[in-house]
Amino acid sequence: MYKTPCSRLSGFVGVSVKQKLIQNVPRCNQTARSLIQLHKRDPSKWLTYQHLNFLKRQYVSKNSSELQQRAILKQTPVLTIVDERDDSVERQVERIPTIEAVPQPEDVTSKAQPEISTLKSKDVAAKKGSVSRVVATSEETPHIHVESNEAKQARLDRQWKELKVDVADLPDIYARLAKIKLTALVVTTAAAGYAMAPVPFDPIMFSVSLLGTGLASCAANSINQYFEVPFDSNMNRTKNRPLVRGQISPLHAVSFALACGVPGVALLTLAVNPLTGFLGALNIFLYTCCYTPLKRLSISNTWVGAVVGAIPPVMGWTAATGCLEPGALLLGGFLYSWQFPHFNALSWNLREDYSRGGYRMMSVTHPAMCRRVALRHSLGLIGLSALAPALDVTTWTFPVVSLPINLYISYLAFRFYRRGDRGSARKLFFCSLWHLPMLLLLALTCKNHSRKQEDATPVPLSLPAH
Amino acid sequence: MAAGAAAATWRSFFFFLPRPPLLPPRLSAACSRRSSSGAAAPKDKTPKRSTFRPAASSTHDWIGPPNPLSNLRPIVYHVPENESELEKRLRHLRQETEDWNHEFWTKQNLTFSKEKEAFIISQLQAKGLTLRDEDGRRRALNSEEMAKFYKSFLDKNRTRHANYNKEWYRRNFTITLLMARVALNSMWRTITERSSSKKNT
Repeated sequence: MYKTPCSRLSGFVGVSVKQKLIQNVPRCNQTARSLIQLHKRDPSKWLTYQHLNFLKRQYVSKNSSELQQRAILKQTPVLTIVDERDDSVERQVERIPTIEAVPQPEDVTSKAQPEISTLKSKDVAAKKGSVSRVVATSEETPHIHVESNEAKQARLDRQWKELKVDVADLPDIYARLAKIKLTALVVTTAAAGYAMAPVPFDPIMFSVSLLGTGLASCAANSINQYFEVPFDSNMNRTKNRPLVRGQISPLHAVSFALACGVPGVALLTLAVNPLTGFLGALNIFLYTCCYTPLKRLSISNTWVGAVVGAIPPVMGWTAATGCLEPGALLLGGFLYSWQFPHFNALSWNLREDYSRGGYRMMSVTHPAMCRRVALRHSLGLIGLSALAPALDVTTWTFPVVSLPINLYISYLAFRFYRRGDRGSARKLFFCSLWHLPMLLLLALTCKNHSRKQEDATPVPLSLPAH
Repeated sequence: MAAGAAAATWRSFFFFLPRPPLLPPRLSAACSRRSSSGAAAPKDKTPKRSTFRPAASSTHDWIGPPNPLSNLRPIVYHVPENESELEKRLRHLRQETEDWNHEFWTKQNLTFSKEKEAFIISQLQAKGLTLRDEDGRRRALNSEEMAKFYKSFLDKNRTRHANYNKEWYRRNFTITLLMARVALNSMWRTITERSSSKKNT
C-alpha cells in the first residue's frame, strides 16, 4: 500500500504498529477469518511489545558504536513489514549475515528490517531474523521508495519468481481464487434456505443443490478476482491473491471459473430444477458483470451486492420446493437487509484504501447516507422477523426470541449512526458476523412444521424420477 | 515418448505461457535482450524494471516483487525460440499493458499522497495548528475530516477512473483471448507434430 514518506516518521513505532494491527483487524473479507483475528488481538499486543524490545536492543547495540548511525536508525522507519509473508521472509533471514551495505537514507518497500540489519553486527542477526519473521506476520503496509542501492537491488532480484505452476500448490491456489471461506458462507445460507422450506427433507437433493451453489460461487469469485488484478494489488486486504502474485495466469483463472461455473449451473438446472439453475446463473452474472464493474462507477454497487447475497437462500428454498414463494423472498430479505450494516460498517474503516483505489463506496462519497442506511436496515431486520410468522415460515416465537439480537444490532447501528467513528463501525461489523448465523439458527428452530402437513403439493420439478 | 508429448501438451495448456513443448528454448540472449529493452524504456520517473535477468536455462516468465510506486508486479517475459506471430503479439500486448498499468497507478498513488499532504497541511493551517506538535510528532486529522478529502479525490478523478476501467477490461479480455488462442495453437502444433513423428517412425 502506498504511504507518504512523512507519515512514517513517527517516534512511537510501537503505537503505530499496534494501531495498524487493530486497524487491520476488520480488513478481512471473510467472516471466519475475522472472528479468528478478533481473538488474536492479545497476541498482537505481544507482537508490539516484542517489536519495542527489539528496538531497545537496537539502540543498546548502537550506543557502543557510531552515534550518527543511531541517529539515522531513529529516522529509519522500523514499521515496515514484508508484504509477502511467505518466502520473502525467509529470504530476509538468509540475507542478513551477508549484506554489508552502508546505512541508507531511503528505504525499500517493506525492507526496513534487513536494512537495519545491515547496520549492526552479526551477533544480533539471529535475533533480528526471528523478530522480522514475527513482525512480518502482521499485516503491515509497505512503504514506497525509490531504489538506489546495489545491495537493495540484489535483494529484490532474489524475490523474482519463475512463473511456473507447481501442481502441489494448486489446491491452495484454487481455494484462494474461489474465496473458499466466502463460498462456504454462501453455501451455508443456501442450506438454511433449503432447511426452512416447508417440504420433506431430501438429503440427496440437499447435497446436490449445495454442491451446485458452491460451484457457482467459486466461479463468480474467480471471475471477480480476474477482473480486479490491478486494484487488488493496491489494496492491503487483497494484495496476496493468487492472480496478483502471478501464481497462475489469467487464462488459467478463467478456465477454472468455467470449469466450476458450467458444471455448477448445469447441475442445478438438470439435477435440481431449472429455476434454481437460472437463479445460480443470474447470481454469477450479477456478481461478475454488475457488481464488480459498478464498484468503481457508482455507489449503487452496494445494493446490487446485497441482492447477490440474498439470492443463495432463495436458491436453497427453490431447490427444495421448485417455486418462488414468499417464504423464499423473506429469507432473501433477511440476507439483503443484513448486508447493509455488515458492509457499511466494514467499509467505514477502509475509506482511504477505497479512495486511493478508485472504489466508489457510500462510506467514502456519502458518509451520512452510509450510516443512515445501515441503521435503517438493522431496524428492518426486526420488521422482517415479525413478518416471518405472518408468511407461515416460522412460528410466532421467532420474532420474540430474535428480538434481543435484532435490538442489539439496531442499537449498535444507532451508535454508529450517531458517532460515525472507527470504534462503533468495528463493533457493528463484528456484531453482524455472529448476528446472521444466530438469526438463521433461531429461524430454523422456530420453523413452522405444521405447515408441512397442510402443504400437500409435491412439486414434480424438484424431484427427478427415482 | 507419446506420454512425454502428452504431458508436454497438458503442461503447455495449463502453464503460464505455452511454449513449443518439444524444443528446450535457449533463453540467455533473447531474455537479456528483453530485459535490457525493458530497462532501456524508462519513463521520466525511476525505471520500473530492475535489471533482473533470469537464469540462462529458464523457460518461463519471471514475476518480481511489487513495484514501490505502483504496487504492481513486473514480469520479464520469456521469448521462446520459435515464437509465432501470435505469441509475439501477445507478449507485446502484455508488456504494453503492464507499462500502461504501471504508469496509471504510479500517477494515482503519487497524486493521492501529494494531495493528501496538501489537504492535511491546509486543514491544520485553517485550524491554526502547526504540522507537528510539541513532541515532534505529526498531527493527524480525524477520520471525519479525512473523509472530506477522500470524497473529493474520488469525485475529481471520476472520469479518469471510469476510462481506466473500460480500457483495463478491454485489454484484459484481449490478452486472455490471445492467450487462449496461443494455447490452442501450441496444443494443435503438438498434436500434429506427434502424429507426423508417428508417421515417420
